Amino acid sequence: MKTSSIIVLVAIAAAIGALLMYSVDFSTYDTIGSAKQKQGQYVHLIARLDKSKPIQYDALKDPNYLSFYAIDSLGNSTQVIYHNTKPPELEQSDRVVLKGKMEGNVFECNDILLKCPSKYKDNKQELEKSVSQY
Amino acid sequence: MTFENEHLIPGQVGQFFIVLAFIASIISAISYFTASKIQLENSEKQKWILLARTAFFIEAFSLITVFVSIFYICSHHYFEYFYAYKHASKELEPKYLLACIWEGQEGSFLLWALWHCVLGTILIFTSKKREAPIMTIVNSAQFLLVLMLLGIYVFNTRIGSSPFVLTRNELAGPIFSQPDYLSYIKDGVGLNVLLRNYWMVIHPPILFLGFASTIVPISFAYSSLSTKDWGGWVKAALPWTLFSACVLGTGIMMGGKWAYESLSFGGYWAWDPVENASLVPWLILVAGLHCMAVYNSTKNALRASYFFIILTYLFVLYSTFLTRTGILGDTSVHAFTEAGMAMNVLIGIYVIAIAIPVFFMYFKNYKSIPSIQKEEDISSREFWMFIGSLILLLSAVFIISITSLPVYNKIFGTNIADPADREFAYNKVLVLVAVIIGLLTGASQFLKYRNTGKKYLVQKLSWPLGIAIASTILLVIFYPIEYTKKGPGFLIAIYLALFASVFSLIANAFYLKSVLKWNLKAGGAAISHLGFALLIGGMLISSSNRKVISDNSKTGLFIPFSKDPTGRNDEDPMENLTLLKGVPTQMGNYTVTYMKDSASNEKDRTFYKLHFQKKDSATGEVQEDFVLSPDAYRMKNNNLTSNPGTKHYLTHDIFTYISTISVPDSESDTTTFKKHEIAIGDSIFYSKGYFVLNKIEKDPQNERFHFSPTDTALVADITVHANTGTQYKAYPALTIKNQQLNFIDDTVVSQNLYLNFSEISDHNKFKINSKEVDKLTDFITLKAYYFPYINLVWLGLVIMSCGFVVSLVSRVKASRLVTYLSVGLVLAFLFYMFLLANA
Repeated sequence: MKTSSIIVLVAIAAAIGALLMYSVDFSTYDTIGSAKQKQGQYVHLIARLDKSKPIQYDALKDPNYLSFYAIDSLGNSTQVIYHNTKPPELEQSDRVVLKGKMEGNVFECNDILLKCPSKYKDNKQELEKSVSQY
Repeated sequence: MTFENEHLIPGQVGQFFIVLAFIASIISAISYFTASKIQLENSEKQKWILLARTAFFIEAFSLITVFVSIFYICSHHYFEYFYAYKHASKELEPKYLLACIWEGQEGSFLLWALWHCVLGTILIFTSKKREAPIMTIVNSAQFLLVLMLLGIYVFNTRIGSSPFVLTRNELAGPIFSQPDYLSYIKDGVGLNVLLRNYWMVIHPPILFLGFASTIVPISFAYSSLSTKDWGGWVKAALPWTLFSACVLGTGIMMGGKWAYESLSFGGYWAWDPVENASLVPWLILVAGLHCMAVYNSTKNALRASYFFIILTYLFVLYSTFLTRTGILGDTSVHAFTEAGMAMNVLIGIYVIAIAIPVFFMYFKNYKSIPSIQKEEDISSREFWMFIGSLILLLSAVFIISITSLPVYNKIFGTNIADPADREFAYNKVLVLVAVIIGLLTGASQFLKYRNTGKKYLVQKLSWPLGIAIASTILLVIFYPIEYTKKGPGFLIAIYLALFASVFSLIANAFYLKSVLKWNLKAGGAAISHLGFALLIGGMLISSSNRKVISDNSKTGLFIPFSKDPTGRNDEDPMENLTLLKGVPTQMGNYTVTYMKDSASNEKDRTFYKLHFQKKDSATGEVQEDFVLSPDAYRMKNNNLTSNPGTKHYLTHDIFTYISTISVPDSESDTTTFKKHEIAIGDSIFYSKGYFVLNKIEKDPQNERFHFSPTDTALVADITVHANTGTQYKAYPALTIKNQQLNFIDDTVVSQNLYLNFSEISDHNKFKINSKEVDKLTDFITLKAYYFPYINLVWLGLVIMSCGFVVSLVSRVKASRLVTYLSVGLVLAFLFYMFLLANA
């Protein structure tokens, strides 16, 4: 076999690789409204914690059950169920990325990514708040 | 207005030297560039080089001074400087001082620039006729890095961000209108608790040395392109490439080890974009390394060597761009955050200014770069090495394509997100890569350059192949992989990869034995490949057979919420288990008891003592008995950051971390401390007994307290005698650290008793306060994993890195002494760091 033909083979392998990559079922960033249209489909919700509704979590009863409400920038809201412990900074977060799928009116969440102002030192407003506390 | 108590001198010194370094880097870059013109007279060339060198050393000296200034400011807690305010704090242990310098963007760019100074100095003395072009590239990079630290205004835009800006200029707040504002700033924000780990001190310098050193191979490539001296650079650049691959590889895995030890995602690799961004340049660098080795022996693959080396640097810069511009914000847990538009533009310029022109020169000269027209023989080593390099490149491209999703989204306005199971998306492709790489690294050792006899190959490979097949079959029977949730296809792929790794391991060991006759000095490549095979094999086993032992669904302890609207399936994770204080709970094969928690002398940090016991079910004999102490920082707003506690065995680890802790309800707790002023030997009654103050100890050193010499600590030794006849010990303490008084209270949980040591009063009396609370249901929720054979991963890495060092010293023809010394030191350091330091 000639080297060039091997390289062609490798190129084919690359093409297969590319196909493979596009076989990766990427999900999408959604609002609560559009996620509700995509029942059962895995999405990323960008929302924030609805502080007017209760957070339900009691580690003594069941450490693997968390329920809270999320509201997005368009004002839509949904209940979120997360079968895991409550991320400690949930209450302080100003934005959450929720990964999971909509089942009926409930968002079944597999993973929560929090954006917390306290974590980020580059957030000037937060620093100003803490420097003025004294 | 003049402000009181500010220390402006160190900042002014630092800022002056930043500007000086900046100017020096321009002068040095220009002089080196002028000197690198070929048509120049020799004497004139020497003059330019002398000027360039002088400027470079001034630049190096300046940057060291800048570093010293930052260190001085942070170590003296001069919170008038924004950098110290943001990154340092008084309670921070001195060992984290360096860590808080490279926590910020500015500090880590400075670290990078400092490594360039070190590398540049070595290059000046070793690269001879290539000095001028090489140092042109190094200094151009220095110019751009220092630009990012400059922090001067040009047309109302701040160029770069200086580490010496003042807090009062950066933040707005009422206190800054007062001259004595500094007396209101009690403490800095301090190092992010996630980063408080000794790896934060070691990992960034190693990783940045890895990144910084990739500039050397590309500088060599540039020197040859600019002087049209094709090919000669490869031999000279090869040791540097080996060095880079070794340091960068080690740095990446140190990140993995750090994540495993101190972050609570339960593993060492999560395909996080920040991890990928450092892995991708390494893969391409290793591909380039192989091409260079091929060229060195056969004069093939020169064009590919250029291509891979330049591409490596492009990806180093692209990674910098990904991790530092905040573009990964939604996908990564630990990227730097938004640095501001001006910074983003600067980082963008850096990418474009260095890698792109060299690439342009490469393509312009592509035709002139000599290449061998004759096809490589299919039985030759160089052919398969080249195929291996291509595979590495393809996997790098695959990884970076998925990692770059946020970039596409930004450019095309799309909203594509990570796949549902990100790790699987990567794993299913890379497990196949592992199969190919394993087979290639195993078999190609026995191939010879140009061509190999079939008979020789069959004879040499049959043993390793046979043993590998046999051991894989034994594995299937006696230690099967239990990762079935992705279906039989993936399971077979794991077995294939495992087989390939075992084959590579054995083939390389055989090569060392039968071909090299244990002449390890010549066996750098075989050692590296052996280590890599062990690393991959260890990863396959430890990840596939990782078990959650805190599986709540098996204990039946939980009380389900009456209205879980989703219902609960078998697949729902139930990975957290709640432990009540003092109540033994079954977890996997272990009976676990949450015994007590003990405060550390670090603010807000608590250790939770968990007693693990494993009994033989038939005889009741205790087989394992140990205590783990995972810990957590609880910050003022109940933020919790936990560090795992791990029991290391030779063959497996038991890994635990705290995911929730009971919140002491301090606000609703209205009971106040009862104040007592007592002398040594006095006793005080409480509702369920009495307690006695035995003695007051000054600066005790024991398992509970570790005070540094500069602290003053007084610990009250108290015995609590309960009415039931039981005795308890309690050690409330007061400490003085940096002129600040701190109290470390103690509790006797079963008595619901809090003890506090508040003051020393006159006449040898001490103020000991007690408080009884109604209810203390202390509990923690934890996750626990069983990691089998994780030590193979670390051992593999150590062997691989040592292999690189062996190759490196044999390439530079180091003396016997240097060889033994350098390999021995690297081996000892890495072995200690990866396998002993935390065990």
